[in-house]
Amino acid sequence: MNAILIPHTWVLALSAALFTIGTLGVLLRRNGIAIFLSLELMLNSANLAFVAFAMTFAAQPGAAVSALEGQLFVFFVIAVAAAEAAVGLALYIALHRVKGAIDVDRVNILRW
Amino acid sequence: MLGNLWLIPILCLAGAVACLALGLLRARKPIISVVGVGSVGLATVAAFAALAEYLGQSSEVIRNSYFTWIAAGEFLVDASLQLDRLSAVMIAFVTFVGFLIHVYSIGYMHSETDRGYARYFAYLNLFMFSMLVLVLGSNLPVLFVGWEGVGLCSYLLIGYYYEQEYCATAGKKAFIVNRIGDFGFLLAIFAAFAAFGTTEFLDLRDAIAADPGGVRTAATLIGLLLFVGAIGKSAQLPLYVWLPDAMAGPTPVSALIHAATMVTAGVYMVARTNFFYQASPTAMLTVAVIGGLTAVFAATIGLVQNDIKKVLAYSTVSQLGYMFLGAGVGAFIAAIFHVVTHAFFKACLFLGSGSVIHACGGEQDMRKMGGLKRHMPVTYWTFVAATLAIAGIPVFAGFVSKDEILAKVFAAGAADLNHFGRIYSLLWVLALAGAFMTAFYMFRAVYMTFHGDFRGGHEVEHHLHESPPSMTLPLIVLGALSVVGGILIGFPGQLFHQPDLNRIEAFLHPVMAPIAAVGGVPGHGAGPHAVSLSTEWTLVIGSVLVAVAGWMVARRFYVGAEPFAPARRLAERFPFVHTLLLDKYRVDELYDAVVVRPIHGLARFLWKVVDVVIIDTLFVNGSAFVVELTGDFLRFLQTGNVRNYALSVALGILILAVVLW
Repeated sequence: MNAILIPHTWVLALSAALFTIGTLGVLLRRNGIAIFLSLELMLNSANLAFVAFAMTFAAQPGAAVSALEGQLFVFFVIAVAAAEAAVGLALYIALHRVKGAIDVDRVNILRW
Repeated sequence: MLGNLWLIPILCLAGAVACLALGLLRARKPIISVVGVGSVGLATVAAFAALAEYLGQSSEVIRNSYFTWIAAGEFLVDASLQLDRLSAVMIAFVTFVGFLIHVYSIGYMHSETDRGYARYFAYLNLFMFSMLVLVLGSNLPVLFVGWEGVGLCSYLLIGYYYEQEYCATAGKKAFIVNRIGDFGFLLAIFAAFAAFGTTEFLDLRDAIAADPGGVRTAATLIGLLLFVGAIGKSAQLPLYVWLPDAMAGPTPVSALIHAATMVTAGVYMVARTNFFYQASPTAMLTVAVIGGLTAVFAATIGLVQNDIKKVLAYSTVSQLGYMFLGAGVGAFIAAIFHVVTHAFFKACLFLGSGSVIHACGGEQDMRKMGGLKRHMPVTYWTFVAATLAIAGIPVFAGFVSKDEILAKVFAAGAADLNHFGRIYSLLWVLALAGAFMTAFYMFRAVYMTFHGDFRGGHEVEHHLHESPPSMTLPLIVLGALSVVGGILIGFPGQLFHQPDLNRIEAFLHPVMAPIAAVGGVPGHGAGPHAVSLSTEWTLVIGSVLVAVAGWMVARRFYVGAEPFAPARRLAERFPFVHTLLLDKYRVDELYDAVVVRPIHGLARFLWKVVDVVIIDTLFVNGSAFVVELTGDFLRFLQTGNVRNYALSVALGILILAVVLW
């Protein structure tokens, strides 16, 4: 199975780009759903990095780890992200019932 | 009995517990009397049984160890009791005189409430228990338990009428002043262990006897520290101030404190640890000087007091001074002898004064008494017998013992004891002056109280009556002992070439025997007299003349053609001296200014400045204020805006990343 290997630096660069976009999205967007999407982007950029590193280190001669370990983490992250999405979306529904919107800037009563 | 020594103190402790329980159960007085007096009665029987059995045995010292009390490394203390000739004499007279005082208390305290009565007898029994532990203890820590116990009981009993503030204050004063002395005692225990590795009397004695010269420094230190304890407990200069105030307690308590227990503890302790003093001329001299000065100092105050109990209180301080003076010249047996005879006549005097106060409806001022001889003959005659004893009139108890001390002091001066001969001679002169004053103030008390006309008003005079038998019987016994007690147990046989007639001297000699001769220390312990027989007779006649002179002066001053006039004229002629004596040299005021007020000031400073300003305001409220102030600014960081928080997190990670790079 000798597929064409994409150099892992490329993959990591893509992961970093995704992560930055996600971070900026979280910081700059006001719509709750958009923030959520950005957050998912950050998580998946991390997943990408996991997979890239797993492939790279497992390919090295005499590696102590197998490719499975990094890939395993990805599944955990996906599971946690799913749970998080369930809780988060439930919160947004509750928020929408009270405020009539999911603009996070309008949810600022918990302050000094 | 000898195997069950613990029974003697435990009987009194059981009596105390039973009395407290009866008080809580609201028992009536007759039951409490039976328990309270009966327990001490049984203890007296047990003590005399032990004494009798002991006299029949040849063994010198009986030591019973019950359990290991303290075990800390090399420091081992057994809870053990020791009966030797000294403690045998002590328990016999302590329980006997204590028992008489208990009997007397039945009559004296009959107007108390049932609960107060139970409390009184519980404390009284506890007092006896503590004293017996003190006397029987075979090492310094056990003795210290009893030592503290009598201090506690004196506090409880002096403050018996605690509703009145001056009684409560007097109780506290007694306790606090005693604690100052106890501090010295405690240091002495530590020093004894540090120097000799043991606190058992027998071991300490052996250790010192083995090398008296080599341990002189340690013996001096320990002896002086122990004497600090004795100064507090036995009311010597400068810690005597609690004793006159202790008169605030019920009169039988005064008798108990002054005669059988408490104040004699100091003299007993010095006699018990005589080996320290024998090994240390400095400590001996200190004891003698303090004793001699106290004897005269207290006697001068006693000259002008008008409260009958205050006169007796100062006379106790003065007599204790004589005992220490005796101990300070190595006449430990004479000191113990004087303790015993003093217990007889001083208990008699106090119980007699209680009888008088009882009859006069609580009046203690002798200026409002007089002529009581007609109304209470038993009290009068027993009081006179005890007065003759304390004044040192021949054949009466006090004469024999006091004269022995005076003779020993003179001998010490003549023989140049430890090269301090001049000081001892000076002390002898002081002691003789004190004897004159003793005779004067005691007969003054007799004349003011019992002779002349009654000065307390018709109302009181109408109620004057002799006390009930429970009060007069102890008086008669003690009065009789004041007459014959001295020659019975310590006839001065050496004056008649019959030294073995002096039973107490022969009996106690083995316990007090001089430890192996310390270089250049003659006439120690019960050794032979250093003065000739003719000198001794001269001394006896001289001290008798001095005592009679005091008596006659009192007679001239307070009875006769114009009673009180000569005394008043003398007071008007020397108003400064008179006021000074009447104010007790203003020692209390001095202590108030030098000790009490600065401590109050310090306490106020610690309270108002250190506690209120520094701790409360600065530390506690100050730190809370700083936290609040910081919070007032920092809380604006909490905007409630989620995106601000997200930015903070992002920036934080960025900074961390840069720093950790």
